[in-house]
Amino acid sequence: MSAAAPRTRRSKRSYWPQYLAISPFFVIFAAFGLFPVLFSLYLAFHRWNGLGEMEFVGLDQFRFLVEDSTFWLALRNTFAIWFLSTVPTLCFALVIAAMLNSAVRFTSVYRVAYFVPNITSLVAVAIFFGAVFSTNFGLVNAFLQTAGLPVVEWLTDPFGMKIAVASVMTWQWTGYNAIIYLAGMQAIPSDLYEAAKVDGAGPVQAFFRITVPMLRPIILFTVIVSTVNGLQSFTESQVLFGSNTTLNPNTGGPGQGALTMVLYFYHQAFDNRDFGYGAAISWAVFLVIVLFAVINWRLVQRRASE
Amino acid sequence: MRTNLLRRLTLHLILLLGVVFSIFPFYWMIVMATNTTSDIYRYPPKLTFGSELLTNIAHVFEKIPFFAAMANTAVVAVATTALVLFFDSLAAFSFAKFDFPGRRVLFGLLLGMFMLPAQLALIPQFVVMVKLGWAGQLQALIVPAAANAFGIFWMRQYISRAVPDELLDAARLDGCGFLRQYWYVALPAIRPGLAFLGIYTFIAAWNDYVWPLIVLVDPDRLTLQVALSQLNRSYGQDYSMIMSGALLAVAPLVVVFVLFARGFIADAVKGAIRG
Repeated sequence: MSAAAPRTRRSKRSYWPQYLAISPFFVIFAAFGLFPVLFSLYLAFHRWNGLGEMEFVGLDQFRFLVEDSTFWLALRNTFAIWFLSTVPTLCFALVIAAMLNSAVRFTSVYRVAYFVPNITSLVAVAIFFGAVFSTNFGLVNAFLQTAGLPVVEWLTDPFGMKIAVASVMTWQWTGYNAIIYLAGMQAIPSDLYEAAKVDGAGPVQAFFRITVPMLRPIILFTVIVSTVNGLQSFTESQVLFGSNTTLNPNTGGPGQGALTMVLYFYHQAFDNRDFGYGAAISWAVFLVIVLFAVINWRLVQRRASE
Repeated sequence: MRTNLLRRLTLHLILLLGVVFSIFPFYWMIVMATNTTSDIYRYPPKLTFGSELLTNIAHVFEKIPFFAAMANTAVVAVATTALVLFFDSLAAFSFAKFDFPGRRVLFGLLLGMFMLPAQLALIPQFVVMVKLGWAGQLQALIVPAAANAFGIFWMRQYISRAVPDELLDAARLDGCGFLRQYWYVALPAIRPGLAFLGIYTFIAAWNDYVWPLIVLVDPDRLTLQVALSQLNRSYGQDYSMIMSGALLAVAPLVVVFVLFARGFIADAVKGAIRG
């Protein structure tokens, strides 16, 4: 501690290098983060197209939002897509991680192969899935046809559209989550498994009685992250259903079956130049995410402690 | 002994099936990019590589200024990465190794900023860029991304462990100021951490879509992702052309990633679990 003495004496004189060092972040954040967030709250109580005069309208935007059936449709779509992607993503991830954990060889090769989807450009991936799910020429329907099953209009049927969007997300996030689970599993002490083996438990029992309970905090983390990400999904729908409707390009495809909340926000704000309403939608999305993340957190915690 | 072998074999078979799912899109992207669109439209579909890649790529170059878009993307990704590495590590060094009034409050503030969803700020950000005259310019992508909470948070963890206090104290006794301690003591010790943050930032900047889509209002100055998405909107049925464009946009990053993957994945997991 003797060496600490000159430090305190010197730094008492001036802290300006330390403040200067952290200032770029705070300056950038104030200008492009904090100020915009506050300004968007202000905007949500106004009517503005970005050019003319701002007009104060009180709670009108939110009143309109509550009765806007398109917003509620977008909310239902978003939740449906979130559910259709998160459940398979996290289940597959758990199983893959458990298998990686018991495989001794090639794990680093597997890890790279499973992680690559996560760093691949979402735009390119969405374009790719659009081709794969195409009704007449897509690989999925060619496969169904070969198997003697009826083809599905993936990109026009409201449910098929959600499956297509959810597939993009599942492909991109399964490996990422598996590798996070794997890291958690490697931290579980191995004598727990040995004790279970002595008691006559098989690998499946060990998975449900030891692995899953021990991973509880990490599962909680992945559920929250996938909630926050999934409820903000935008690019998948925007790219997959961008070319079908040239007149109204960002409305979520046929029957607005893939319209998500953030896509609706984008459409109102940047296609219709309705900045006030757009801001109101973005705050509603924020509220929904916070509410739902808290609910999820409670649910997973209770389920795990039972 | 034999059942053990059988079990291990099934294990690897299932894992390989997962790898097939994970890798298949790249294979299929190449199949589509190397054949003609009419080959792809056939039933049953053609499953092997063709010889049309260069023709397809030439079509992409006719439709969009591909190289300009790639150059724009590279400029944005390189500039953002360099700035993030410098600003984030400098701020992280300050937070990790120095005590100054308000340190805890400021760091708490920084953590709170993680939580704000990006779309809340999008409209005013766009208005700010228009007012600054930056709408349509590349600095509209670089400047707001030049320092970020995640990077500072992650680097602070890294620096706390990787930079020994004794070395800093010794440098201080030798009369080194803040900047020289950062440059001569901290930087050499945190190179692996910088490598991770650099790759992470580069990938994020390369793949970024929502903000460039909004702010790049000049159709002659786009990034790769926005150009690709527009190509898809205008010529979405020409699969072989679109896929060759997608392949060109994806390939450089995937190659770089696979080369550096080992350490990167380990660090990404550490960051995720702590965060």
